[in-house]
Amino acid sequence: MTPVAAVRDAGLAALVAFGLFAPLVGLRTDVVEGGLALRGRWDDVAWLVLLAFVGRLALLLLAGRRLPRLTLPAPLARAGQYAAPFFLGLALLLPWLPFIERYELDLGILVLTYVMLGWGLNIVVGLAGLLDLGYVAFYAVGAYSYALLSLTYGLSFWVCLPLAGILAAFAGVLLGFPVLRLRGDYLAIVTLAFGEIIRVVLTNWTELTGGPNGLSGIPRPGLFGLSFTSEEGGFADFFGLDYDPVHRVIFLYYLILGLALLTNWVTLRLRRQPLGRAWEALREDEIACRALGINVTVTKLTAFAIGAMFAGFAGSFFATRQAFVSPESFTFIESAIILAIVVLGGMGSQLGVAVAALLLIGGTELFRDLAEWRMLIFGAAMVVIMVVRPRGLVGTRTPSIALGEKRAIGGTYVSEGH
Amino acid sequence: MILDVEELTMRFGGLTAVHAVSFQAWGGEITALIGPNGAGKTTVFNCITGFYRPSGGKLTLFGRNGEVALQKLAGHRIARAGVARTFQNIRLFPGMTVLENLLVAQHNRLMAATGWGIGAVLGLSRYPAAEAEALERAKHWLNATQLLDRADDPAGALPYGAQRRLEIARAMCTEPVLLCLDEPAAGLNPRESDELSALLLQIRAQGTSILLIEHDMGVVMKISDHVVVLDHGRKIADGTPAEVRADAKVISAYLGEGDEDEAA
Repeated sequence: MTPVAAVRDAGLAALVAFGLFAPLVGLRTDVVEGGLALRGRWDDVAWLVLLAFVGRLALLLLAGRRLPRLTLPAPLARAGQYAAPFFLGLALLLPWLPFIERYELDLGILVLTYVMLGWGLNIVVGLAGLLDLGYVAFYAVGAYSYALLSLTYGLSFWVCLPLAGILAAFAGVLLGFPVLRLRGDYLAIVTLAFGEIIRVVLTNWTELTGGPNGLSGIPRPGLFGLSFTSEEGGFADFFGLDYDPVHRVIFLYYLILGLALLTNWVTLRLRRQPLGRAWEALREDEIACRALGINVTVTKLTAFAIGAMFAGFAGSFFATRQAFVSPESFTFIESAIILAIVVLGGMGSQLGVAVAALLLIGGTELFRDLAEWRMLIFGAAMVVIMVVRPRGLVGTRTPSIALGEKRAIGGTYVSEGH
Repeated sequence: MILDVEELTMRFGGLTAVHAVSFQAWGGEITALIGPNGAGKTTVFNCITGFYRPSGGKLTLFGRNGEVALQKLAGHRIARAGVARTFQNIRLFPGMTVLENLLVAQHNRLMAATGWGIGAVLGLSRYPAAEAEALERAKHWLNATQLLDRADDPAGALPYGAQRRLEIARAMCTEPVLLCLDEPAAGLNPRESDELSALLLQIRAQGTSILLIEHDMGVVMKISDHVVVLDHGRKIADGTPAEVRADAKVISAYLGEGDEDEAA
């Protein structure tokens, strides 16, 4: 359409808008003493008409054009190779940077918790291609496992951590069995239901879990028996430092960083091994897997179990950091956020998931001043990212092995599974 | 004998797709299964490879570990017993590289070498040696299928004929005693068909028996040692290519009267 014709068309739209808005918006009756008075709101009408004109014009001129696909320019793509070491270095040095205060450290801990959860869910959704909407259930199992084991039996954090992981993995297998035959939407619904079941059980089993009041007074972790208190024999005393509550925060920061890196390390190793390749093959074509003698049942269950195990680790970290757990922390929206991190990051990509967690969790914290506009911006940003990069931030797949040089595989070939 | 099919029957509700079919496939031979569309060839295949559970009859594989009753095994166990297959509509792992496709095919052998996953994560196992061996096997079949230069490309990016060859290479990487091919020549041009025939003869020469569904009579008559003809779920003929081609029932049901020169 030529610009002249477009302007004419937009003018027509503006005229229609004027016809509509003049009586609807322009004339307003106010109750005054002795009856009604008519008041004109012509400036509002002018804005609405202008909006209709500009909107129609934009629609006509831009419609039919393809939306730009965001491809990174070559220098930036090359810089992308250094992104992972850069983020790792930043994460390791974060507590020692000069401008980092208590607030930033707490935010870092929060972001890293979600990075870890994202990496854990990435095993299930990104690699094995099983859409799990109830991932937070395993997070809850881990958190309550630690809380209950430490409160009831007085076990230390380091003993409870593997136990919480094992219990969460067991929950993963438990979920895995009924959903083995399901695919796609049906799988998603059942996992969603499983997440809700766990939450409802936690809320109603009052004798064990304290119900909606949750469990409080969960012990804090120590470093090789050194507790982070001002008492004698504590961490500060042992190293001859002045007691500072930030020591504990730094310790927690490194703890979750270590746990997250463990998740990453295990995932990266598994990806290069038969089990990881079988997960990806399962995502690509389940029937072909069966024809090659891969036990689909066991492979799916291991994906659920290992993904759940890392959620269990993250859950016990969450419990020990908060010193308090209640079912409210494990609602569906948490599952949705973790899934959004995985999808936004690019399914299967470790770096993408980490960056997405930083954007999603750190970003929303950054815009805290915007109050109610925050979620609006958040939502709009997600829509924009998915429109310009439909396969997520890192939309390519890196082969696990190569005879020559490893070349990234374009997202168009890689299936999403489910 | 490598495979003994006895009175195989497969019913779907009221429909009997395969009706008491019996035949044998012999070790070191290429056995072709032919017949018009809807004759039940793929159903027989799906029973042999464990995708369907037969309604009746017996399927006995004479594999490396003696006799195995295939009709009782779970799908993935049939592949482990030594039966590999390809699909009529190609089923590769399109987002994985050609090489990765071939390594997935060796999953069971590699998995056993990892100490069921845990040992390899900790780097404590004999996995590197097993992987090197798997890579050699993959390279061997890449060579045989002329795909070596495409090893690091995604399988989904290969042209059609190459995808067909890759599917065969992937099946061979499971080291089967019986290779079941469902219309491997479909959609191939004459030159590719000839290359396929050569590849299948090479596979037979290396000791793997082949069971083949094929409509391309040129390929079937040239390479088969033994042909079984199905029509409407029943076996109507069984013999050497020459015998089958002369069979009146086969001519009327499938080959057609005027098709002798095409078949030749």
